[in-house]
Amino acid sequence: MRKERWYSKLYVWVVMLFLYAPIFVLIAYSFNANKSRGKWTGFTLNWYNELFHNELIIQSLINTLIVALFASVIATVLGTAAALGINGMKKRSRALVMNLTYMPIINPEIVTGVSLMLLFVSARAILGEFELGFVTLLLAHISFCTPYVILNVLPKLRQMDRFTYEAALDLGCSPRMAFFKVVIPEIMPGITAGFLMALTYSVDDFIISYFNSGSSFQTLPITIYSMTRKRLSPEINALSTIIFAVILLILLLVNINGSRKERAATKRRVEG
Amino acid sequence: MRSKAASIPYLIWMVLFTVIPLGLVVFFAFTDTSGNFTIANISQVGQYMPVLMRSIWLSLIATVICLVVAYPLAYIMSRRKSYQQRTLLMLVMLPMWMNFLLRTYAWMTLLERNGVINRLLGLIGLGPFEMINTQGAVVLGMVYNYLPFMIIPLYTIMTKIDNSVIEAAQDLGANTGNVFARVIIPLSVPGITTGITMVFVPAVSTFIISRMLGGGSNLLIGDLIDMQFLGAAYNPNLGSAISLVLMVVILICMSVTNQFDSSEGREEMMV
Amino acid sequence: MKKRLKRLLACTLALALTVICASPAMATTEVEVTDPDYYTKFQGQNITLNVYNWGEYISDGSDDSLDVNKAFEELTGIKVNYTTFDTNESLYAKLRSGGASYDIIIPSDYMVSKMIQEDMLEKLDFSQIPNFQYIDESYVNPDYDPTNEYSVPYTWGTVGIIYNTNLVTEPVTSWDILWDEDYAGDILMFSNSRDAFGIALKKLGYSMNTEDPDELQEAADLLKEQKPLVQAYVMDQIFDKMQGGEAALAPYYAGDALTMIADSPELAFAVPEEGTNIFFDAICIPKGAKNVEAAHMYINFLCEPEVAAANIEYICYSTPNSAAYELLDEETANSPISYPPQEILDKAEAFVNLSEDTNLLLESLWTEVLTDDQSYNTWAMPLFLAAGILFSIGVNVARRIRKKKEQMY
Repeated sequence: MRKERWYSKLYVWVVMLFLYAPIFVLIAYSFNANKSRGKWTGFTLNWYNELFHNELIIQSLINTLIVALFASVIATVLGTAAALGINGMKKRSRALVMNLTYMPIINPEIVTGVSLMLLFVSARAILGEFELGFVTLLLAHISFCTPYVILNVLPKLRQMDRFTYEAALDLGCSPRMAFFKVVIPEIMPGITAGFLMALTYSVDDFIISYFNSGSSFQTLPITIYSMTRKRLSPEINALSTIIFAVILLILLLVNINGSRKERAATKRRVEG
Repeated sequence: MRSKAASIPYLIWMVLFTVIPLGLVVFFAFTDTSGNFTIANISQVGQYMPVLMRSIWLSLIATVICLVVAYPLAYIMSRRKSYQQRTLLMLVMLPMWMNFLLRTYAWMTLLERNGVINRLLGLIGLGPFEMINTQGAVVLGMVYNYLPFMIIPLYTIMTKIDNSVIEAAQDLGANTGNVFARVIIPLSVPGITTGITMVFVPAVSTFIISRMLGGGSNLLIGDLIDMQFLGAAYNPNLGSAISLVLMVVILICMSVTNQFDSSEGREEMMV
Repeated sequence: MKKRLKRLLACTLALALTVICASPAMATTEVEVTDPDYYTKFQGQNITLNVYNWGEYISDGSDDSLDVNKAFEELTGIKVNYTTFDTNESLYAKLRSGGASYDIIIPSDYMVSKMIQEDMLEKLDFSQIPNFQYIDESYVNPDYDPTNEYSVPYTWGTVGIIYNTNLVTEPVTSWDILWDEDYAGDILMFSNSRDAFGIALKKLGYSMNTEDPDELQEAADLLKEQKPLVQAYVMDQIFDKMQGGEAALAPYYAGDALTMIADSPELAFAVPEEGTNIFFDAICIPKGAKNVEAAHMYINFLCEPEVAAANIEYICYSTPNSAAYELLDEETANSPISYPPQEILDKAEAFVNLSEDTNLLLESLWTEVLTDDQSYNTWAMPLFLAAGILFSIGVNVARRIRKKKEQMY
């Protein structure tokens, strides 16, 4: 392989600068003593302190995590089961189901959000009193998370050797045991990837939540949105700095772990 | 193992929360406030054609810029050593974990008249430039927010291109331009179409970026839909009609894009 | 690896906890009320009250002010779930869409009467609001609620022009300055229809409440004419933009102007000669409220002289509460911006609710103003779409021809 040219290195740096410039701004302003965005009047850690006293922000952070956790767990179970079923379908019905599964992904989020809102409001008109809130938000999140799980699990199921399952049966496993001992471990990477993706999308979702959250249950993106309409309080900058640091840490750990495993694997290969 | 029954809960779920809601959008689009059939809403959408066209136009520009910026980057990434690849991929994905409202808001701070960029330019005697509240700022916001969606599928497909294929082409006398035109680009078509879809669809329907960076005067179709449902012009029927038109436009655009991609395996690419 | 991760998490958590515990809460929640017994009724019943108010419209405890919601929670044991909106119209949409239920809302005058007309408000039981006695007589039985059955006035104020004296040196006396080409790109404008049209109509010399389609059309044309000069259509983002020196001129509410001037002395406020809009924001209980009785308690709490005074000192709007007015400090009470001279009030006009047709016309004209784009070519886009379709057909044909050729070999 040829050595990389200087301009391609420069190019990577320029794109990274573009991607990170706003994030650096956020981090820098979390230490700004002035409340207004325009002026820099000195260094402070005050906003980090106030962040923990800002009930609105903390409560919405908790709400976000609760919804994301419930939604992604339910979506993972629902989606994995669905993938197993879809895998066993005939070609035509499978194509139909898959096309519908793509719908929430391909459809613009705003249309998904609006359509779910119409559903909930109409259901309210028919079924009587219930409020948009935690339940509707959860239902909405599960609906747009499940397809991602299916799309992650399905390829793994397809790659799996069908005969391993049958072999397990032949060797005396009950179907139930064979399923949990053979199939699940085989598709586990897909399930994990799907779960993580569902979690990410759910935590970050604004548009669909915006249309379905009602009055009593606010997630973090919605709180941030109502803040951006006036002055964004610097506590939010502090919070995003913390979130950034935590995610960076997790990714770094995963990365280091991964590369260590890889090195060990190559070593084994060389030795063996 | 081949048990279709496992998918039954999902099928019910799908009907309840995908099919019926979309049906409701269609129903609302073709009825008036008292529930009678009408096509007045649909014909009223015609009046907002300029907005729709502007949305398509701006998001097309953003998509093209994303493609042009992401393509070389994805290529460079895919030719790096594997641990470097992982680090770079992580760096590309990390901003997506930050809330997009916050990132867009940070762009306001950067682009403003007394913002960071203008102040830096001022140090070397340039500017100030009018950057915020323009269509350019809206496009920038779209590019910024959706660039990772372009990089990732391109990168995924390019890691699958074996170096030996490129070397073979070079051995057979192809120069760099030829290698790209004849080998790399044709092999990366599925990544390109996926990337285009994943950037264009959210860009065309966005409604926050335009409001925050466009100053409220560069309304996009997403803003219009929002205004009909939760905004000033409360009219869910018209809102549904606009949503319906938007969906149809996107389907047309996507079928055009998919003409380029005859290969299978889009399923994996979407993820 | 996992162990290390766990240890790290534990450390972070411990650190966070020490930060929380180490620092004392800063906001004040101590407040004196006229009748403490009145507020004990729902103690320990775990009730939550959904309050929907304008942004930046309550004393929230920052800068050592009184945290009104916190004080109410501590006094009554009722939890307040406080959320905000930014225009009357979005409040209306949120209520009409049926997605949310609130116990307290604070719409403006014309929206109150619209909601009364559409039967969206609960009748108030004034025997549960003893503090209504403090409301000055001149604000009782207002035009928007003639029999005063549905609302309790919260604040009032006028609309004027906020300007940056570093950028605007001439005296600001007329709405015309918002159409002055010298300030192109330096003007901010209301992003809600009633306020924006109100200004245009006043500039034309018409009533702000006109129902005449021609006059409204004329106002819409005027707003379109202004559009190239306008930097952005905003509501509360005005705070940041004016204080950061991003814009020179912006029409906005007097109370917010005072808040801004307090932080940024280079700003000033003027009410144009043509006359302006005077508004009243009132506390109401929407139909469908879950906790009507607790909501009454909240209204009564907002009318407590001390609470009302704290709110007014914080948000700088004018108060209809005469007992609270007595408690204000000298500077706030005598501010000509909050309590303008009679000649300004004489020329000020309040919004009234318009007929359904006029409202629809107004909204569609407003959308037209916002989406109006002179640079847009009507033929460009269809051409572009056609090109796209042709291109895709071309690619298909080319591919097919190539396939045929390949098969030939």
